[in-house]
Amino acid sequence: MYRASLPELGFFEAWRDAARRLLSHAVPPYQIEWGRGEDASLFPADPLPEADGPHAVTSTKEFLSLARTALCHSGTEAPTLLYQALHRHQTNRRALANPADPVARKLSVLQKAVRRDIHKMHAFVRFRELPTKGNRRSFGAWFEPDHHILETGTPFFAKRFADMDWMIATPQGVARFEDGTQTFHPPADRPDLPEDASEALWGTYFANIFNPARLHLQAMRSEMPLKYWKNLPETDLIPGMLADAEARVEKMRAAMPTEAPAHAERILSRLPQPKVPDMPDSMDEARAAAMQCQRCGLCEAATQTVWGRGDAKADLMIVGEQPGDAEDLAGKPFVGPAGQLLTTLMDEADVGDSWMTNAVKHFKFRPTGKRRMHQNPDPHEIDHCRWWLDLERRFVQPTLTVALGGSAAYALTGNDAPMKARRGQVETAHDGGAVLVTWHPSYILRLDGSASTAARSELRDDLAAAAEVIRSNPVHANPAAATSGT
Amino acid sequence: MRKSLSDKLAILADAAKYDASCASSGTTRRDSRNGGIGSAGGSGICHAYTPDGRCISLLKILMTNFCIYDCAYCINRVSSGVERARFTPEEVVTLTLEFYRRNYIEGLFLSSGIIKSPDDTMADITRIARMLRQDHGFKGYIHLKTIPEASQELIDEAGRYADRLSVNIELPKDDSTRTLAPQKRPETIRAAMASVRLKQQASKERSHTGKRAPKFAPAGQSTQMIVGADGSNDKAILTTSSRLYTGYKLRRVYYSAFSPIPDSSAMLPLIKPPLVREHRLYQADWLLRFYGFDVDEITDVAPSGNLDLDIDPKLAWALAHRGQFPVDVNRAGRDVLLRVPGFGSKTVNRILAARRSGVLRYADLLRIGARMGMAKSFITTPDWSPAGLTDSVDLRARFAPAPEQLSLF
Repeated sequence: MYRASLPELGFFEAWRDAARRLLSHAVPPYQIEWGRGEDASLFPADPLPEADGPHAVTSTKEFLSLARTALCHSGTEAPTLLYQALHRHQTNRRALANPADPVARKLSVLQKAVRRDIHKMHAFVRFRELPTKGNRRSFGAWFEPDHHILETGTPFFAKRFADMDWMIATPQGVARFEDGTQTFHPPADRPDLPEDASEALWGTYFANIFNPARLHLQAMRSEMPLKYWKNLPETDLIPGMLADAEARVEKMRAAMPTEAPAHAERILSRLPQPKVPDMPDSMDEARAAAMQCQRCGLCEAATQTVWGRGDAKADLMIVGEQPGDAEDLAGKPFVGPAGQLLTTLMDEADVGDSWMTNAVKHFKFRPTGKRRMHQNPDPHEIDHCRWWLDLERRFVQPTLTVALGGSAAYALTGNDAPMKARRGQVETAHDGGAVLVTWHPSYILRLDGSASTAARSELRDDLAAAAEVIRSNPVHANPAAATSGT
Repeated sequence: MRKSLSDKLAILADAAKYDASCASSGTTRRDSRNGGIGSAGGSGICHAYTPDGRCISLLKILMTNFCIYDCAYCINRVSSGVERARFTPEEVVTLTLEFYRRNYIEGLFLSSGIIKSPDDTMADITRIARMLRQDHGFKGYIHLKTIPEASQELIDEAGRYADRLSVNIELPKDDSTRTLAPQKRPETIRAAMASVRLKQQASKERSHTGKRAPKFAPAGQSTQMIVGADGSNDKAILTTSSRLYTGYKLRRVYYSAFSPIPDSSAMLPLIKPPLVREHRLYQADWLLRFYGFDVDEITDVAPSGNLDLDIDPKLAWALAHRGQFPVDVNRAGRDVLLRVPGFGSKTVNRILAARRSGVLRYADLLRIGARMGMAKSFITTPDWSPAGLTDSVDLRARFAPAPEQLSLF
């Protein structure tokens, strides 16, 4: 029978060394009695072997990290369980990784209790400022943990409060941090900490951040157990807060709404009121009005109205279907993948300035998992939104409009026939303008291989044809542009 | 008479108590070993709990409770007779640092009433964060409430100092916002969230030289929705949440049961806050984010579109879909196990890990920490079968609280 005794400070290293030594002699778990501090045993024990034995001892990082926390547990079983686990670990690597294994389960319960205690230390240590002669400020605290966590729990404070000196005293020992160096010392009496003015302010904060209409004492007690209360300054206030709570809520209920103070009306009337004209007179006015559009249900789900962009005096207008995910977030049309493809093809086809917009100004989608899935607008949404498209057309007055895809073609012409036969043809819009019908770039992105290549060159050809129509038709249709001399 | 710091703190903490947000987790790791003060990263720490059961992790205060807006649900609206106060930026900085040094808090959560203009207010909020980070080397957590109408440059600067940015949507439906908060515009709030999301995305991309852009609000953005101030049902609330999660990659939507406020507007009811409903919404929100449920699956269980207040939403779903149970714990996939009432994501991870070592029996599940009282009706193991339990008529009654006689008057 061996007995191994663990010291109050440095017990993890002591356990690790003893366990390694004993296991190298293949000592089975039942032949060791582990103790902590000056524990006396009823039985006489053999001294530990002086040198390592013939058996190699292996361990993993995970096991050592488990041992480091579990050993802090104030119960007596942790050193024994850990030795059992390490003993078995030499021949069976998987047992500890199995959450249903009884020893693994017990150890993880110990580890969890210690972790919680460390977490509560990080939460519930309350420093008070101490007088100091040097240029570093100095603070001290008294804390009573459940487990032996002084060495494992305090390096956190060294990282957090590196620019001040501090001391945390516990019944198991004292941690000091001075001039950037942390040291551990044997337990001393509870220090006398001076009054601290910030503590009263903290009490003020604690008492006022609490909502008396939502009492939930059980939640408070489970997270801030009573055993910690005696060292938390703010908990003295709780009885008073509770006693007042019901009366405060009653008072709120009983109070009739008061008359608004005189200045309220004056302040509110000074705030800018958004104006929506019945009939916008310019592109800017139309845009501002469209930002507040609630003509159909799409505005509630979408982020914002995506208005057209480009040269409002251009001869060419390009109309797509509706903003996608990227356009909805940015508030600009044609910035997503389809928009990038379109821009590339427009460059290749040497299309000059244009006004680029969509038939529907709000993104329609369905949230699925982590993404927003594009949904096609239905005809009545397109019809509702044509009010805005017509306004854009009235201000741009394009010589030619390119309709990208079926929705745009429908919005402009009212014809919803299949695209295949119409692609490359010029049709007539509601307002009499010329509309060249072609593929939507996102349709091309959905195609594979040769079909994609073919559709891509068809779209480029159509764009080039549109550019040619504009060039060969120098009479500018837009009177505003004509008079401005551009 | 001039108000003391303590008076101001009392007023401006009281004014901040309706904001449900409290988290201080999920940001980048930093500490003060290379100078400055403070650390952050990993899981946040709750330093105290108040009798309302909510934690205190951050110094949650308003810069001022003066406000030029008139939102009916808000105690600080311009037409309220509440006592007003305003911190100087230096006072906020000092309070934050002194509280932090005494280990009372993890950092600052700063919000504000809108004074003068959205830009003026945002500029002051940003200035406080700049002073903390640049003048004092503060490495703790900072959460800033952004003002949606403020200019993009100010919000961009705020995002460089803050761990988290948030803007509150407050109400699940645009119509409610237009009625109850006439100075706010729902589309502007959403556009603010969208621009934070785009900014964050950009900060993660490398430039052509391989350099990373400066960090922007590394703990992401969040929002709060008030529950019970308008007539929206839970389906409307969760639908809005799911749009916010997918559209703007929010980390959290906080649900705050509308509680009576002093000097309340006549537009809103002074009823007891629906705390159970708030709790069920959090559970449902969890199912949306971590358990692969769709809004419709959760809310279509009851025709009212509201969650069952007596039992949790996963159990309610399972009871309405008994055909999918019982599931074999030793064969079912992760997504199926996650739908078993009584199995949380930790339990499911443990089950999957344990299955590699052999067949799981009923006692193993107990050891693993599964809530078998609930789960046993929905699973099979080699030594356990729920037999008729899964289909029994009174299965719901086993979990729901006993029915109470309603008052006749």
